[in-house]
Amino acid sequence: MKYVDEFRAPDLARALAAQIAAEVQPGREYRLMEFCGGHTHAIFRYGVKDLLPANVRMIHGPGCPVCVLPITRLDMAIALARRPEVTLCSYGDMLRVPGSRRQSLLKARAQGADIRMVGSTMDAVRLAEENPDREVVFFAIGFETTTPPTAVAVRTAAAKGLTNFSVFCNHVLTPAAITNILEAPEIRQMEAVEIDGFLGPAHVSVVIGSQPYDYFAEEYAKPVVIAGFEPIDVMHSILMLVRQINEGRAEVENQYTRAVTHSGNQSAKALVAEVFELRRSFEWRGLGRVPYSALRLRDRFAGFDAERRFEMTPGRAVENKACDCPKILRGAAIPTDCKLFGKQCTPQTPLGSCMVSDEGACAAYYKYGRRRAAPNRVEAAE
Amino acid sequence: MKHATFEKGVVEMGHGAGGRDMADLIRQLFVAAFDNPDLTGEEDQAILHFPAGRMAISTDGFVVKPMFFPGGDIGSLAVNGTVNDVAMGGADPVALSCSFILEEGLPLADLSRVVDSMAAAARAAGVRIVTGDTKVVERGKGDGIFITTTGFGQVREGVTLSARNGRPGDVVLLSGTLGDHGVAVMGRREGFDFDTDIVSDCAALNGLAGALLDAVPDTRLMRDPTRGGLAAVLNEIAEASRVGITIREDALPIRPGVAGACEILGLDPLYVANEGKLVAVVPPDRAGAALAALRSHPLGAEAAIVGELRDDPDHFVEMETAFGGRRMVDWIAGEQLPRIC
Repeated sequence: MKYVDEFRAPDLARALAAQIAAEVQPGREYRLMEFCGGHTHAIFRYGVKDLLPANVRMIHGPGCPVCVLPITRLDMAIALARRPEVTLCSYGDMLRVPGSRRQSLLKARAQGADIRMVGSTMDAVRLAEENPDREVVFFAIGFETTTPPTAVAVRTAAAKGLTNFSVFCNHVLTPAAITNILEAPEIRQMEAVEIDGFLGPAHVSVVIGSQPYDYFAEEYAKPVVIAGFEPIDVMHSILMLVRQINEGRAEVENQYTRAVTHSGNQSAKALVAEVFELRRSFEWRGLGRVPYSALRLRDRFAGFDAERRFEMTPGRAVENKACDCPKILRGAAIPTDCKLFGKQCTPQTPLGSCMVSDEGACAAYYKYGRRRAAPNRVEAAE
Repeated sequence: MKHATFEKGVVEMGHGAGGRDMADLIRQLFVAAFDNPDLTGEEDQAILHFPAGRMAISTDGFVVKPMFFPGGDIGSLAVNGTVNDVAMGGADPVALSCSFILEEGLPLADLSRVVDSMAAAARAAGVRIVTGDTKVVERGKGDGIFITTTGFGQVREGVTLSARNGRPGDVVLLSGTLGDHGVAVMGRREGFDFDTDIVSDCAALNGLAGALLDAVPDTRLMRDPTRGGLAAVLNEIAEASRVGITIREDALPIRPGVAGACEILGLDPLYVANEGKLVAVVPPDRAGAALAALRSHPLGAEAAIVGELRDDPDHFVEMETAFGGRRMVDWIAGEQLPRIC
């Protein structure tokens, strides 16, 4: 496959691995956070970890769209879906995420709620057109990557004059979350997470550009390398981070130059700005309330805002206390630290959001990396 | 002879009510299409001469949506799927029974097309459809058409295949490319509007399986990687044989179109369904003969040796990635879903 195979080439991987091994300084630890679940997934799926020296440690960040949604918001979506007049549309992964009291959208659907899995926001708009007697709500989640399509859906629904379409908006912003990981005192009190550098988001950066990261490279003196999602991209970016750390630099570098520009996708950004505005604060799973980290619909589009339309209010969420998802999302624990991992909590019976989505760290560990944690295995030195 | 009235009109409740309409449907559509001396439409059962020895039986329900897809339809799938399950036991399929659950309102032309396709698939596989049943459910209580088939086959003398037979050192062969069926069907599914020239690999495997058993009668086991893909079959084998399995990514045959579609949708071809491929495990010294036998058959032209069984108390399936790393190949949990971010 052209333009894909090149970024998965084994000879290139070996050369990069040798280069990284040659340049890391013995006795120094390189703690690198990959923000995106897409990177976590690539690291495990392609066995990138096997190619890295022992003192390069990857810390998994919170960049998994379904993982960071707090249970409160999921509970609100489940309650909304149970209203008889509502058809709730959601991306597939969201259906299996456990909410309070072991509820999930999938269980609500089995109990009679009208919940549809859609592959695109426009499928939800189409459903609203085809079913004028139903209140069709799109359960919008995700980072800057999924926000423009939601904006398109709202604009399309407005242009068509649809009165039975709305959006339950949970879109969140990446730079705010990264700042929060570096800054928030409550997080530092909870667990000190020392991070020496960031692998910056791939698809998110295609939309927002590399410019938003300049601030915290400067402010927090942490190097950032925006990295593509292919394994060669990841290894190349790790090498770039190792070099910055060795040289004492803290800059924003762009490895993913084939897709990411400094200012990003202007028309997507304009579209988002037209439809959405910043929330003062928003709760993230694992990070708590993060100021100016999420979006809501502008007043102009209030009629399409499910929260206002259905007067949705948060209930009291019940977290599973044994679940370490919040710590894992902050990078303060790895999945195998969790007592539930691989025992009560598996991809078949997920107790936390990180075990549900392919982009979740627990799912990646379980699916690809369980060998290392196997009870019957003494792993040979690698 | 097939009656012209099946070209228009729809399935009505009367087609399942036991009266004249049902009798007409059975005789003029099913019996006419399946055309064989064991199926007369007059008896409540088929009576077959069965040779002595061991019999393999398998049953499977088919609910595929859409009903027609590139390279096949629910009819050919219902015949080939069950023929393959029987053949994977080392048996030569002889006869099939079939049960239809039809939804009121199903166009008779569609039913007729499905039945013709079943007849053609049965002829190609060399099996007879000898008995059947038809029920009609009210509109909204079904999904057009559900078909359940049961297959009967004669197990070859001296052949004992079982998922438990694998031993460390044994070699894993795959008869051809992965993921064609799943991608062909998904490309036509509502909500995934993408054009692909990939067609389903839906085919009867009894000829290919027979060619392998002729050459390597001491084959340990065969499986067809349908739902859950190659990953599910390998995990089943690892658990039943109490071994680990290592496969090599660069040995897996995958069509570029399938790889591309999986890339776009965020799917892993290891978990995508196949309907015309088999996985075989053979002793290490028989691997060459097995590969040659598979490749000598048209359905096995792209066969490959893809891995080995090994000692492993955890019974894990692992893959050496083309990239140079290693990773686990686990069962799939739930459905494979396109990624969000």
